[in-house]
Amino acid sequence: MGGDSKFLGIAYVSPYIIGLCLFTAFPFLASLYLSFTDYDLLSTPEWVGLDNYERLFTRDRTFSKSLNVTLLYVFMTVPLKLAFALLVAVVLNYKLKAIGFFRTAYYVPSVLGGSIAIAVLWRYIFAEAGLVNMGLTAIGMEPVNWFGDPQNALFTLTLLRCWQFGSAMVIFLAALQSVDKSLYEASSIDGAGKWQQFRYITVPLITPVIFFNLIMQTVQAFQEFNGPYIITNGGPLKSTYLLPLYIYDKAFKSFDMGYASAIAWVLFVIIMVLTLIAFWSSKKWVYYAGDKRS
Amino acid sequence: MTTIPDLKPMPQSERTRSPQELKIQREQRRGAIIRYVVLTAFGLLMLYPLIWLVGASFKTNEEIFSSAAFWPKDPTIQGYIDGWQTSTPYTFARFFMNSLYIVIPKMLGTAFSSVIVAYGFARFDFPGKKILFGILIATLLLPDVVTRIPQYLLFRELGWLDTYLPLFVPQWFALEAFFVFMLIQFMRSIPRDMEEAARVDGANTFQVLWYVVVPMLMPAIISVCLFQFMWTMNDFLGPLIYISSVENYPVSLALKLSIDTTEAFNWNQILAMTVLALAPSLIVFFIAQKYFIEGISTGGVKG
Repeated sequence: MGGDSKFLGIAYVSPYIIGLCLFTAFPFLASLYLSFTDYDLLSTPEWVGLDNYERLFTRDRTFSKSLNVTLLYVFMTVPLKLAFALLVAVVLNYKLKAIGFFRTAYYVPSVLGGSIAIAVLWRYIFAEAGLVNMGLTAIGMEPVNWFGDPQNALFTLTLLRCWQFGSAMVIFLAALQSVDKSLYEASSIDGAGKWQQFRYITVPLITPVIFFNLIMQTVQAFQEFNGPYIITNGGPLKSTYLLPLYIYDKAFKSFDMGYASAIAWVLFVIIMVLTLIAFWSSKKWVYYAGDKRS
Repeated sequence: MTTIPDLKPMPQSERTRSPQELKIQREQRRGAIIRYVVLTAFGLLMLYPLIWLVGASFKTNEEIFSSAAFWPKDPTIQGYIDGWQTSTPYTFARFFMNSLYIVIPKMLGTAFSSVIVAYGFARFDFPGKKILFGILIATLLLPDVVTRIPQYLLFRELGWLDTYLPLFVPQWFALEAFFVFMLIQFMRSIPRDMEEAARVDGANTFQVLWYVVVPMLMPAIISVCLFQFMWTMNDFLGPLIYISSVENYPVSLALKLSIDTTEAFNWNQILAMTVLALAPSLIVFFIAQKYFIEGISTGGVKG
């Protein structure tokens, strides 16, 4: 548009450039710097080289426990939630009149899920005498100590995340509905069963969306805070003490800003490496159609 | 966005069907019934905790942990009355107002700045555009955890602690990459003819944005506001870090406070306030979802 558009374009995106520098780029670099310092807010940051990282990886038992718990949590939550979301999307992807109704109903937990109100609710329904155990007793099963037992607590938090499968499901559903129906017709003439169709037509065609969901859900799961903070506060026996909780405690309770920044950077590097692996491997398993309309 | 799926039943021709066709039709009908049953049962199971919550908030403390039923035996609103008063000098009315003081500037600032920045990306060429767009996409994946501590130090330096400024000012700079990206996608799918016509008629680019693009973009802008509203109401860590005095607490912190102070004995107060804390998001979701879907279908936005 017009000859002066070069400057106009920059003018329009300038809020973003300013915000990016002030609130993203500068803090990003500052936290890297802080991770090499000892800083308690009272004095100026003191350069300590790799000390923080050395302490993290050699002497800090809490960190190694927390790292294990975090990885376990992410590797349980993400596949379970995505499998769930895909399964429901497949069932929903049918000529049902009420599809909109079900889509909305299943989406509700995602809308509310991150709030602390839901975390509070979760505490109640999974309490020893809570709703879930009442249900289990009613059908003749033993009640489970959902949060009191270190063996179960992390899994119960995983359930909370999986309950919020709605947003991933909506994305899957949109992808499923764009799969060309004639492919199914052609393959069923060739004698393919439902499972074969799913395995060899549906899944390959929606791999871009699987990839997208996989990355977004992984990045989110690594940052889970509200659930464990409200429901278990990291316990029992630190079995739900995810790294974001540890960072929060170090930074905003003991004001150990340097050390907390070092943990944050370790978490960031883990997320980044996993994302890069996903991107790199995507060339092998993600299918991109040359022309979407063909 | 995706195309709207065709939900109408297939047109059925009046000619007599072969036994083969009838069999397929019967199987399809049975499949549909099974799907309905499974989806309904599963949906009920999933939503039952929320349904139970509403019922339980009207129960007495004794009944909450003794019955899984929805309907309370002697309904009471005592939980709401006591919970609303809180153990602080303030009522929940104050905390809801506080939440609004955060949500409104954040929502408007996000929508305004994201539209402007998305317009710059979608309609203009400028040096470094590709790199900047790449950064925008990369920040979608950037975990907040890595910028949080220096941001805190920055706002502390500015004297913004215990105010709402740290919670919404960054959003005035279109920093939620997800929204900018979504708006860019929407703008790319809008034909440019009307914008060009307006330019020929002498409108400047900002007038084109305001009078031509924004009206067509309304469904997308509303969904930006909707998402930002939900996320802000759900946000807990932000207020937890920045807000320290009770008089400034938003709903999320106030709810946490009531757990800490009353949980040992007054469960129904907590459940009642939990219902109220969820209510704004639920109401906005159901109202705006309808508007959003209508907006998409009437605006004919497709891409």
